[in-house]
Amino acid sequence: MADAATPVTLRLEGVRKSYGIGTPVATEVLHGIDLVLRQGEFAALIGPSGSGKSTLLNVIGLLDHPDTGRILIEEQATQGLEDDVRTRLRGRAIGFVFQHHHLLPEFTALENVMMPLLAARGRPDDEMRARAAGLLDRVGLTPWRDHMANDISGGQQQRVAIARALATHPPLVLADEPTGNLDTRSADGVFDLMREINVANRTTFLIVTHDPRLAQRCDRIVELVDGRIVADAANANVVRRG
Amino acid sequence: MNRFTPFELIAALRFMREGAMQTLLIVFGVGLGGGVIIFMSAALAGLQANIVRRTLNFQAPIVVSAPDRVARPLRGDGAAEAALVQPRSQQLRSIDQWQKVLAAIGRLPEVTAATPVVSGPGFALRGDANRAVSITGIEPETYFAVVALADKVVAGRVELGTTGILIGTELAKDLGAAIGDKLRLTTATGAALTLDVTGIFDFGNKSVNERSVFVSLRTAQNLLNLIGGVSSIEVRVRDPFGAEDVAQAIHGATGQQADSWIRTNAQFFTAMSAQIVTNTLIRVFVGLTVALGIASVLIVSVVQKGAEIGILRAMGTTRGQVLRLFLIQGGFMGLAGSLLGSVLAYGFLLVFRAVAQNPDGTPIFILEMEPPLFAVAAVGATVVGLVAAVVPALRAARLDPVVAIRG
Ligand SMILES: Nc1ncnc2c1ncn2[C@@H]1O[C@H](COP(=O)(O)OP(=O)(O)OP(=O)(O)O)[C@@H](O)[C@H]1O
Ligand SMILES: [Mg+2]
Repeated sequence: MADAATPVTLRLEGVRKSYGIGTPVATEVLHGIDLVLRQGEFAALIGPSGSGKSTLLNVIGLLDHPDTGRILIEEQATQGLEDDVRTRLRGRAIGFVFQHHHLLPEFTALENVMMPLLAARGRPDDEMRARAAGLLDRVGLTPWRDHMANDISGGQQQRVAIARALATHPPLVLADEPTGNLDTRSADGVFDLMREINVANRTTFLIVTHDPRLAQRCDRIVELVDGRIVADAANANVVRRG
Repeated sequence: MNRFTPFELIAALRFMREGAMQTLLIVFGVGLGGGVIIFMSAALAGLQANIVRRTLNFQAPIVVSAPDRVARPLRGDGAAEAALVQPRSQQLRSIDQWQKVLAAIGRLPEVTAATPVVSGPGFALRGDANRAVSITGIEPETYFAVVALADKVVAGRVELGTTGILIGTELAKDLGAAIGDKLRLTTATGAALTLDVTGIFDFGNKSVNERSVFVSLRTAQNLLNLIGGVSSIEVRVRDPFGAEDVAQAIHGATGQQADSWIRTNAQFFTAMSAQIVTNTLIRVFVGLTVALGIASVLIVSVVQKGAEIGILRAMGTTRGQVLRLFLIQGGFMGLAGSLLGSVLAYGFLLVFRAVAQNPDGTPIFILEMEPPLFAVAAVGATVVGLVAAVVPALRAARLDPVVAIRG
């Protein structure tokens, strides 16, 4: 589905990242990553624990800075941006779904979905409320919209988190083990939901997962081992990790 | 979520609601501290007002008089000379060229009014009754601008003319004198005059009501043998507590002796400055405790909410927004605490009023709390809260979202 004519959502060029720079235990975690994700791709990022998957996602999501290399979001360079500009770009262009700390417990499900828009616009308005309600409806949680975030089940929380990740209509959604804490049925539901949104909106997804079953259901599987991409192919060709 | 409420305020209020117990405890703590500060501020203001009321009521803040004559020993009298030198008795003397001195004093910027006075001892006689009195000769138009005598007249008129005399309530009782009665004043110079009681005053001070009598300047000049002269010039100043500086300026400008009420009531003021120092120290330390309390609650909150701060940052919340989110919490804690503190301080005031009473039920000490005090407290506490929140807010704003989310 991603031929050379499809617009590029994410481009990484020679991204390196070390931890503990300036200390005796400085270690490079990402050793020069090149990666291109095109609009509408639904890619799995797999690899053993400690291989650098979360680190890579944080760097892509502009939460962390690479040591060297370039990250382009929709072909726009991101290095050297002021923190506020980076933050605004992150809020607009990237949706996050995390494994832990899904939601803000001080707010209702609906308010959590509104939050990225609220941070960007500064004040609540009817349009963001309606958009958030629509997204909650899309993830099947309309009956729970006014429940506090901690008063709904883990699977429901993760659906709210997906709705929230979509609030700003970002071109790219990064999910770090979004189903890691869920039972198989909820995991399937959450996964299907992301797939549906991917198909309907042509939103690009990069999903870290340890579950080979789910990885097999992605269009493309990128495998990271020791901070290097060792395999990257359309699903039919991918070698199962193990 | 109101459409007019900014994001930072919404989030700050939710954070505080989520930690309701923490918030309530710190607001209560700030309230207690604020109540103590408000009450102590009122007490200090009350103390100063009471001193002003009790002394400046019937006393000018500055009294200017001729410099003391220095007694000189006769030269060459030998070893015993020091012992033989005695201060001369200070007879009543006029200020040299007092009109010029008066004009010079009037030109000083801090001076609001000045009036010439002739005063000295004498006796008031009526029938068999005879009382030692202190005679004050005044120029009513200017004197009333310095001492609020006119307001204290409780019977009769404030007019003096050449034969009028104003006496205090106690003296009127002692002599059995009423308005329109005649009174005879005599002095050590042998002069004697018969005067009409035109008014009776009450300064709220027994010895003043007993001993002071007011006559016209000319009458006093005749009685005290000081024709054309004045024994002192009484001066009113803008800030009574700055009177000592003005007194020194007057001395510098005129060479006359100038005594401020601060000097003449020195023990009073020593006691009061001790009060001011302890009171201020207590208020400063209570304020610091309040600020530290707010700061520590917020520091803990920043740690507790680390992951949420990280998520907010991931969703596009800027550092500035996170900073304001915590500053608002500090400001709110200060403001809410000060409102509670105002209520508590008013409670302390009622208790104080019930306890600090003379046996006859009149207050020992008049203590008031004016609305501006509460307004100042509210603004001050909000500022203290904001300042206390600076360090926690900076910590929150600088949190690395990656670290915060990993938890
Ligand atoms: N803040 C840090 N300081 C030092 N080393 C770190 C830090 N964060 C991660 N690392 C190291 O970087 C490497 C990659 O970590 P990362 O979390 O990206 O792995 P991962 O592939 O997401 O693993 P998992 O599947 O267990 O989530 C690991 O060796 C980890 O110990
Ligand atoms: Mg990880």
